[in-house]
Amino acid sequence: ASNVAPLIHLCQKLVGVVGLEIHAQISSNSKLFSGSPVCFSAPPNSQVSFFDASLPGTLPVLNRRCVEAAVMTGLALNCTINKKSLFDRKHYFYADLPAGYQITQQRRPVAVDGVLTYSFLGGKKRSQVVRKHVQIKQIQLEQDSGKSLHDDVHSQTLIDLNRAGVGLMELVMEPDMSCGEEAAAAVRELQLILQALGTCQGNMSEGQLRVDANVSVHRPGEPLGVRTEVKNINSIRYLARAIDYEIQRQIGVMQRGGTVHNETRAYDSKSGETIPMRDKEGLQDYRFMPEPNLPPLIVFEDNATLPPGVDSSQVVVVQKIKEGLPELPSVKREHLVQAYGILPEHSFTLVNEEGLMEYFEEVMKATRKEPRKVIGWVMNELLGQLKQQDMSVSQSPISPAALAELLELQETGRVSSSGAKQVFQVMWGSSGKTAEQVIQEQDLGLVSDATQLHNICQKVVDSHPTEVHAIRNGNAKVLNKLMGLVQRELRGKADPVLVMEILKQKTRGGGC
Amino acid sequence: MSAFRLTGLCSCRGVSLKVIESSCNLSRNRRGCLQRPLLNGTRLFSSHSLNSKVNLNIIPADLVDKLERLALVDFRTKEGLACLEKAIRFADQLHLVDTSGVEPMDSVLEDRALYLRNDTETEGDSAEELLKLAKNTVEEYFVAPPGNIPLPKREERTAMLKHSEF
Repeated sequence: ASNVAPLIHLCQKLVGVVGLEIHAQISSNSKLFSGSPVCFSAPPNSQVSFFDASLPGTLPVLNRRCVEAAVMTGLALNCTINKKSLFDRKHYFYADLPAGYQITQQRRPVAVDGVLTYSFLGGKKRSQVVRKHVQIKQIQLEQDSGKSLHDDVHSQTLIDLNRAGVGLMELVMEPDMSCGEEAAAAVRELQLILQALGTCQGNMSEGQLRVDANVSVHRPGEPLGVRTEVKNINSIRYLARAIDYEIQRQIGVMQRGGTVHNETRAYDSKSGETIPMRDKEGLQDYRFMPEPNLPPLIVFEDNATLPPGVDSSQVVVVQKIKEGLPELPSVKREHLVQAYGILPEHSFTLVNEEGLMEYFEEVMKATRKEPRKVIGWVMNELLGQLKQQDMSVSQSPISPAALAELLELQETGRVSSSGAKQVFQVMWGSSGKTAEQVIQEQDLGLVSDATQLHNICQKVVDSHPTEVHAIRNGNAKVLNKLMGLVQRELRGKADPVLVMEILKQKTRGGGC
Repeated sequence: MSAFRLTGLCSCRGVSLKVIESSCNLSRNRRGCLQRPLLNGTRLFSSHSLNSKVNLNIIPADLVDKLERLALVDFRTKEGLACLEKAIRFADQLHLVDTSGVEPMDSVLEDRALYLRNDTETEGDSAEELLKLAKNTVEEYFVAPPGNIPLPKREERTAMLKHSEF
């Protein structure tokens, strides 16, 4: 939000209003209404049943796993689960929608009125955890469409129906957000929750999680402005950029006295801009009608409300799902703070970065070092390097065990802390080398041989009578200068604690 | 505008207006209500009927156009439009029924349990059979035009379909 602030001031406080429509592909073995497999890269049209191809005489049969996934997700987002929900048809013509309609839940979705709590690091130094909420209007089950590949050369579109009929959860988030950063943080938290639940793998680049942003601007207190829908956003980073661009664009339009048009725009990652989408024939009218082939979907509160003699494979029980919910990210963060005594902002980053928490806990298992100090290494040295080279935690050339070894060596005085940082850099560049190896090769091991240290200290003391005199007269700070000289002699490999002791002894008076 | 379903009325040629009796829901008993609606019988099909708002020219042309685009049906001629009007008026009879306090029925299956399938792969290996159905395929893909082809304007359509069977 920091780059919008000066603009807001200029434009008499026009602020952005952002709502999100998210389609999460349900992680299941088969499709929502057919027994076709669900799999990412399969040969075109190899996972299509007669129903998926919309051949006459076929009927939808609901997949229980998809219902459970929707209920689980609804519970994790504090929704009210509708015990009775309904299916509808949403009609429009497009080549990748063979039936000419999509089965969705427009009237009564399976879950409503939830809330997503999310955080991001804000404040001046981006080190403060800022917590926000966004209302979840509803979660509904619906079919995915097939995929269209546009072949402009031959002026045709190639259709692959593998994805047609895959189960989706559509989550509608109210326009409670005001900028790209908030939307990105909300989606990241949702991604973590869905992954923890196992209901959706949440990979945006593979299309498992698709986000469309509804963006408008207005002056606070006044009615909402005209909104545009922004599509074609393939990552969380682009989501923030697209929204911020669109807010600025709309503010610019308003500033110039123009009006914002209610339209759909596509985000172009290359230029960082949103451009109007062609092929949008005015306002669509989907002619919603109830799906005549599906009775209402009933889910039961608990075992007590089950009708007698019912087959357990034919019912979804909310209580059972509630009891089976895994640990959610917010709880995980709390546990980390409790267990290790680390700061909330660190715990936030640990959970936020894929694999980082596991990495940290692995290191903690293998070292006696204090958690807060280990965090420093993980956040600064490790994460810093990863970010600089745009790598993920799983790609780190230094394994948790290797880092733990280095930290242990530092703890036991084998290497100084600045030495350890040097060792880390060398280890990063030469994968597989252990800390001990690097220390030996680079001769970075701390000198703690008493005799050697004494000799060098004596040499320095003998050759700097003025400084020694100053120390004896009470100016203890000069000790640091002598320490510096000793370190230079030893090329930084002197154990600072030992050296200080020896120097103090020697300058106390009377020599050694 | 009352909700109407025209799925069977594409080429309106003297379509009988006696259909859909059982859709009327008079009694609380949902099952087997197949009686004729109890209306003031003689006024059923007269053109001065219940809804004086509804007369032959009342459906705006752009609404008809919009319907044609959305449903890809064609009302083509004056007769087609008249058929549409009659169908609307017929369906409007539903307004005479007092449905206060009655839950709408949208599926005759509403008292059936919705069958839930186990999440296993049981089908989907039909690429060859399905692709055979298409005139045009390219390397196992179905081929479609580059985008939705916009429906030609009414005048153009009339010209195009002048010699059609209907």
